[in-house]
Amino acid sequence: MGEFTEIWTYLSSEPLWWLTATLGAYCIGDLAFRASGRRALVNPVLISVLILAALLFATGTDYPTYFEGAKFIHFMLGPATVCLAVPLYFHLGEVKRALVPIAVALLVGSFMAVGSVVVLGQAFGLSGETILSLMPKSATAPVAMGISENIGGLPTLTAVLVILTGITGAIVVTPLMTLLGIKDFRARGFAVGLTSHGIGTARALQVDETAGAFAGIGMGLNALATAILVPLILVLF
Amino acid sequence: MIYHLALILGFQLLGEVATRTLGTPIPGPVIGMVLFVCVMIASPKLAQDIRGTAMGLLAHLSLLFVPAGVGIVGHVTRLGHELAPILAVIVISTVLSLIVAVYTFLLVAKWVDNDG
Repeated sequence: MGEFTEIWTYLSSEPLWWLTATLGAYCIGDLAFRASGRRALVNPVLISVLILAALLFATGTDYPTYFEGAKFIHFMLGPATVCLAVPLYFHLGEVKRALVPIAVALLVGSFMAVGSVVVLGQAFGLSGETILSLMPKSATAPVAMGISENIGGLPTLTAVLVILTGITGAIVVTPLMTLLGIKDFRARGFAVGLTSHGIGTARALQVDETAGAFAGIGMGLNALATAILVPLILVLF
Repeated sequence: MIYHLALILGFQLLGEVATRTLGTPIPGPVIGMVLFVCVMIASPKLAQDIRGTAMGLLAHLSLLFVPAGVGIVGHVTRLGHELAPILAVIVISTVLSLIVAVYTFLLVAKWVDNDG
């Protein structure tokens, strides 16, 4: 037992353990996702997050300690976003032909993503501060946090809500689109990138490369649209 | 592979510098993505070479959200009585936005195609 304590003391002070645990938890999530026949409900992000949260709780580890190891994975988000240029480039012809639908769907979709929060938030009795923190929820995290701070929301709360929105979109998009009988992967991808940023884009890439390309565009454009629309809608309501 | 990674990080770096210089709300990596597309248009050979590395990284894009996702677990329990209404707003708003965005896209695409 003393030996085990010694090993744990070493592991818990090094990034290796939590880095490995994160990859391991994701492998379990990904295996479950594949075993389910790639069903949207078996979301690998959600599964790995739950496994790791249970592990942190069981070992009494705080988040900053965990993040010391996990930050190497977190860091790759930036380079991965840059890589979205590649599916975009290989589908550039389709994108150019769809510029008008992209522009109009961006305006209408972004307005709905922000406006519905204000209306629904008031109907459900949320506090003003929570509604402000929730308004930029569809934008990618760094942009959403910046907007939230500017309008008097809580950036850390916004970060949580952005991820919940991402997971929600990634889970509902495929069953919803199938239910509606929508087969156009350009439209499906663009919609999920717009509403659910990178997590939605990750889901789109699992389904179809065209959807992934359009999701990347939706995410990038909606970061900008949300930054412009949120202050405008605040004046309107 | 290492050349490709260096190039990808280089684009992110350029993007981060650009967004800070210009003071835009667009994140650096998104600007890096746009620059990268422009460079691939100028050099289609580069696009072919880097495709494998980039698509390999994107194949597990979900993994990269896990560390941030773990961070939200503690916060979620702290939301208390507001948790249920917040989740309701998120789910309804997300479904509405998906429906509105997808139908707008399809309607306008149909309209543009008929016109052209």
